[in-house]
Amino acid sequence: MAELTYRDALNAAMCQEMDRDDSVFLMGEEVAEYDGAYKVSRGMLARYGDRRVVDSPISELGFAGLCVGAAMAGLRPICEFMTFNFSLLALDQVINSAAKMLYMSNGQIPVPIVFRGPTGAALQLSAQHSQACETYYVHAPGMKLVTPATPADAKGLLAAAIRDDDPVAVMEGELLYNVRGEVPDGEYVIPLGVADLKRSGDDVSIVTHGKMVHVALQAATMLSREGIEADVLDLRSIRPLDVDAILETVARTNRVVYLEEGWPFAGVGAQIVSLIQEEAFDDLDAPVVRVTQADVPMPYAKNLEQLAKPGAKGVVDACKRVLYLPAGAAG
Amino acid sequence: MAQATKEIEASAAVDEDVAGIEGFTRDQLHALLTEMLLYRRFEEKAEEAYAIGKIGGFCHLHIGQEGLAAGAIRPLREDDLVITAYREHTQAIAKGITPRAAMAELYGRVDGCSGGRGGSMHLFDTTAGFMGGHGIVGGQIPLGAGLGWAIRYRGGDQVCVCFMGDAAVNQGAFLESLNMSAVWQLPVIYVVENNGYGMGTAFSRVSVTEMEARSGAYGIPAHTINGQDVLETYRFFEAMAGRVRGGAGPQFVNAETYRFRGHSMSDPVSGTYRSKEEVESHVEGQDPITILRDRMMEAGLLTQPELEAMDAEARAACEDAADFADASPMPDPATLYDHVYAEVNAHGRLFLDGRGGGGNG
Repeated sequence: MAELTYRDALNAAMCQEMDRDDSVFLMGEEVAEYDGAYKVSRGMLARYGDRRVVDSPISELGFAGLCVGAAMAGLRPICEFMTFNFSLLALDQVINSAAKMLYMSNGQIPVPIVFRGPTGAALQLSAQHSQACETYYVHAPGMKLVTPATPADAKGLLAAAIRDDDPVAVMEGELLYNVRGEVPDGEYVIPLGVADLKRSGDDVSIVTHGKMVHVALQAATMLSREGIEADVLDLRSIRPLDVDAILETVARTNRVVYLEEGWPFAGVGAQIVSLIQEEAFDDLDAPVVRVTQADVPMPYAKNLEQLAKPGAKGVVDACKRVLYLPAGAAG
Repeated sequence: MAQATKEIEASAAVDEDVAGIEGFTRDQLHALLTEMLLYRRFEEKAEEAYAIGKIGGFCHLHIGQEGLAAGAIRPLREDDLVITAYREHTQAIAKGITPRAAMAELYGRVDGCSGGRGGSMHLFDTTAGFMGGHGIVGGQIPLGAGLGWAIRYRGGDQVCVCFMGDAAVNQGAFLESLNMSAVWQLPVIYVVENNGYGMGTAFSRVSVTEMEARSGAYGIPAHTINGQDVLETYRFFEAMAGRVRGGAGPQFVNAETYRFRGHSMSDPVSGTYRSKEEVESHVEGQDPITILRDRMMEAGLLTQPELEAMDAEARAACEDAADFADASPMPDPATLYDHVYAEVNAHGRLFLDGRGGGGNG
């Protein structure tokens, strides 16, 4: 085990996979000479050369499509979006080409591609640079999606995504890149579809993914000071989804809060709530509550941004709501 | 040709003085005519099958443009790649998909080249190097660049031919792909099947610059050819594929042609956007099949009985394809969820509708 930042863990995963498989290459804006807009690919140009670490023009639709085409021919591209906000320009290639190709071709053409980059809000980047893009991707059959929250998960999930034979989106977080944590040395792969209980407590379940895992843990600490112990279930993988792990925590605590960075309307949480009421209705002692970004484009002003983002206090209140405790009591 | 007012840039490879016609032997000429007749009869059969409800959805016929399918694709190697848009039945056949497999796909049957999952717009056969059949205008262009990227990445000497309609050049995907192809010198020949209309909108109504000018900004050589002349087209692509194989980098081909039918089955042949007279003049004077036929007959390389036998064979092959398609079963309902994913992960559920299975679902 070594302590690495999240960004270096991602770098380690890419290098691990590029060392073992020549068909893996990295393409994106600023990934080579600039070492990555967020320095995730630092040193990779020197290590692998410009055949495999490739600066693209600012043409999200074009280079995403080019990477999909390369994957159709059997290569395993890592297509980096500087942020997933910009990938909205590329969604035709993600949805209409990558996600549907195998099906349209009756299994002839797999598309083993990774789309990766940060999603969600950072600090005061305002409306167009602060949005969680999970739903856009995970909505389409054919896509897979993972959202690592820790450096270890970043390494293991990105490696698994690169090895997977389907298109996998790996959604990171700008505010996660500097997070440090223990990361297993050597080859490390975490299978897709396995959630991780980041904290254990029997009173209430906070189910979440990605960057919000840290907010959930913060909320769980605050709750603990009031004698309330929360499970924090990190889904890690949204599609495939670890339904067993969700049902297990629901069965144990009977009270669930879903926390996500995205908007509520047709969000990931909406899907999880639907699943829980369909498959674990009798285990619930309270309706599931969602904590999400406010249903508005992200404002710039500091105070408004704060109001729009889901935070630990809101999670604490939501947990109390499903426990039928007054909000803010004994705070 | 509506657009063919400018001089056609003849390819350097055309050799006028060899026996036969332009260096094509009698056998080669017969083969090209046979191919084009097959494409024509295939499309006519599809038209007929559509009319009686055997084929559904959108269906776009290539009638009038067969010279391009034969001339651009037949000179390619089997391991060269072709990717195209949705008017692609004949291109698929040209690259090696059998009429049976193509027709069965149009019928939505299990023996179709895409197992009935793709339909008219999504014909695929990787063993033939036919990489689809894509339905979003311009969507196949970055994919074509990516196929070229993969060839270059592996150090191969194949070429990728990426077809598009004239309307596709106004998509951002086209501009982005040409730029990247030039930057990385990808072995891709981008071919505009310039039939003058994007659906019902004349190219000149939505573009100020000429087609041939479209690639210059990216440093990609442009070539205009007469797509109704299959011999010129064939010679051009034979030479160009060789040049690109040898490292000439991406090319842009403005292949002038004309669509004899409507945009799709719901569009009349003529009407609001082009006159009956315009269509008729092209059908009479610019049919790639009759142009070749007449030249062969004039040169004494084709007799009427030979032509009739050839045509009867083409019709029989398409009848057979339709019979085969009709007899092929519908896809097994149990396969509805097959091929959504290449890899069903050992953990987690991929489908949440309760029907898809996979993992623990």
